[in-house]
Amino acid sequence: MIYRESGDYSTTYAEDSQTFPIKFDRYRYYVVLFIAFAVIPLVINDYWASAVFVPFLIYAIAAIGLNILTGYCGQVSLGTGGFMAVGAYSVYKLMTAFPDVSIAIHVVIAGFITAGVGVIFGLPSLRIKGFYLAVATLAAQFFLVWLFNRVPWFFNYSASGMINSPERTIFGYIVTGPNTDATAKYLISLLFLTACAILARNMTRGSLGRKWMAIRDMDIAAEIIGVDPLRAKLSAFAISSFFIGISGALFFSVYLGAVEVGEAFGIQKSFLILFMIIIGGLGSMFGSFAGAAFMVLMPVLLKNVLVGQFGWATDLAAHLEFVIVGGLIIVFLIVEPHGLAQLWRLAKEKLRLWPFPH
Amino acid sequence: MKLKLVTLAVGAVMAAAPAMAELVFPSMSYRTGPFAAGGIPFADGYADYFTLLNERDGGIGGETISVPECETAYNTEKGVECYESLKALKPLVLQPLSTGITYQLIPKSAADDIPVHSMGYGRTSAKNGKVFSHVFNYPVNYWDGASVGVNYFKDQSGGSLEGKKITLLYFNGAYGKEPIPTLTKLAEVEGFKFNAIPIDYPGQEQKSQWLQIRRERPDYILFWGWGVMNQVAVQEAANIRFPMENFMGIWWSGSENDVVPAGAGADGYKALQFHNVGSDFPVFDDINKYVVEAGKAAGAGDQVGTVLYNRGVYAAFLAAEAAKTAQAATGRSEITSGEMRDAMEVLEITAEKMAAAGLPNFGPVFTVTCENHGGGGMAAVSQWDATAQKWSLITDFMPSDASIVDPLIMADSAAYAAENNITERCN
Repeated sequence: MIYRESGDYSTTYAEDSQTFPIKFDRYRYYVVLFIAFAVIPLVINDYWASAVFVPFLIYAIAAIGLNILTGYCGQVSLGTGGFMAVGAYSVYKLMTAFPDVSIAIHVVIAGFITAGVGVIFGLPSLRIKGFYLAVATLAAQFFLVWLFNRVPWFFNYSASGMINSPERTIFGYIVTGPNTDATAKYLISLLFLTACAILARNMTRGSLGRKWMAIRDMDIAAEIIGVDPLRAKLSAFAISSFFIGISGALFFSVYLGAVEVGEAFGIQKSFLILFMIIIGGLGSMFGSFAGAAFMVLMPVLLKNVLVGQFGWATDLAAHLEFVIVGGLIIVFLIVEPHGLAQLWRLAKEKLRLWPFPH
Repeated sequence: MKLKLVTLAVGAVMAAAPAMAELVFPSMSYRTGPFAAGGIPFADGYADYFTLLNERDGGIGGETISVPECETAYNTEKGVECYESLKALKPLVLQPLSTGITYQLIPKSAADDIPVHSMGYGRTSAKNGKVFSHVFNYPVNYWDGASVGVNYFKDQSGGSLEGKKITLLYFNGAYGKEPIPTLTKLAEVEGFKFNAIPIDYPGQEQKSQWLQIRRERPDYILFWGWGVMNQVAVQEAANIRFPMENFMGIWWSGSENDVVPAGAGADGYKALQFHNVGSDFPVFDDINKYVVEAGKAAGAGDQVGTVLYNRGVYAAFLAAEAAKTAQAATGRSEITSGEMRDAMEVLEITAEKMAAAGLPNFGPVFTVTCENHGGGGMAAVSQWDATAQKWSLITDFMPSDASIVDPLIMADSAAYAAENNITERCN
């Protein structure tokens, strides 16, 4: 009844091609933005920022990045953890080498550095696909972690190989380091996520995204209709790595504050983000958000319910968490193999017809 | 989707409502994951000692103690979540039991005024109290361990290590990398050849490392491992018939869990310790009587007297002594984390205090000062007897070589101070 296109007339091309063509969706989007920018910062505290929102926002950026590569362009990658490490170590080197430059600029530069590394490791994708490409990107994962463990220049020759993010400010507000306010931490992550999501959404709607999808659906056919696979694949690797680099940089500097490469950016991180986009939905912006939310929030929620509410032993709760999250993943994938995004799409279809389904 | 977030949010807020108690000593434990074998006995010992104080003495100075537990699984992201949720309970001191999480908490501890006690782990240069105001790593640190280990090998080989080969087998992470600078320096001074072989997390597979050891034939091996990688290493050493008396682990690689699986092959394996081993102390009778038999043990109650359980008890004992010092200094039984920090900085562990707690000669005697947060740096060597199935100390507590360790600590802490704009205290 309220969720439909009819009655909403576009009079310009810009209106016709906007991201949310349905009025209801548009307003919902504005409401979400309003709540995220104007309501949550007022009520957020340290626990909510550090344990829930900041990890969710940062993982969502990584999921968007991987979704561009895997979901839109069809190139399976297991190197996400390694690329996040590139972002983290780049921002660390930049932060300590140029302490007077704004951290926001460092994060963006770290994204570009990661994009460059991503292109190099994307080169094999021109010759190999599918599982073989996954193995090639796995090599990137192991190589990068090894590199940051092995070469002391990357961690400024500290005794233990850990990197620490010193205190940095944006417009006078502390955003990294121990004295960071919960609101600042949250807002910096939210700003980067919003910018990345808008960028990614518009790229995937434009000619670039159509090229990626053409390559994903059938690369030979795409080549015949004039899509250059070299450019399409490498641009997907570059742009995907750019976002992943930004998320890695924020993950280290804003979220954790101290990082050890093998533990924070190991192979399990690559899998975690791959699971996020598979559960959320491949080739969907909403899916990246939903997947990140599911994988980040579910364990925290379960821990709080099982230990905080029921007072169970921590080890029992931790083991049950694995069982429950694992079980939910299986249920979701059986009920809807295309992820949470497809459930959302179906719900919208139903809403459009409601209350007269026939 | 935001709606879902809000629903989740409401649920978790209601769930996270804190239970207030007078003296809060949180336990950031790991009872799951590849390091659980080490995490469980430590967490049990830590909780059981406080339960004993509650049951036998009515707490510390009349205040009851609560030990909220949070599962970190040795994972830094879970560590953040635990830290934030424990912070709301007003903890007196945090013991993260993970070098990675310690590094994360070092800057936060000063910002939130909550002391961190990384007992025999964490950042070695935190010993320098001039730079690290809220971090304590008494009674001993990794560089002391490396120095004591090398000194012991020196005695073992007749007073000189000239031309010998010492290999460090280490967990490829912050924890395992800590001793490398000291050992490199010691190699220069003592004239032995040093090389380091990393083992990647979690370390169930070490064939290539031990192949390298077989090829290079080192005279001595120092081992910085934890969790499941310990027992694999001991087993592999037994398999290649490496002389066990020349194979020495750090204190995290010397518990029953690490040697029992290798059976008779592990006989003679050595490990450094900074506290005594065995269950031959009066405190364990009390723990059995008041805690285990009363059904109040944190775990299954089967760990009493094992090496890592003893370490948990020792950590709790040091925390309780610091709390007593704080109560004496303030004249109040209810203390804050800031007062706890001040007390940790003037903590004195004497033979009388250990005896009074039922732990006679359990650890070295030491004092903490504003400049020195690391205690005396004393460690002893223990050896595993596979037939008797027990560890026993074979040396006294020996000091490390301060002329080697101290300059390194100064250099590393100065680098941290410069990176983070910290001005030195205690002047």
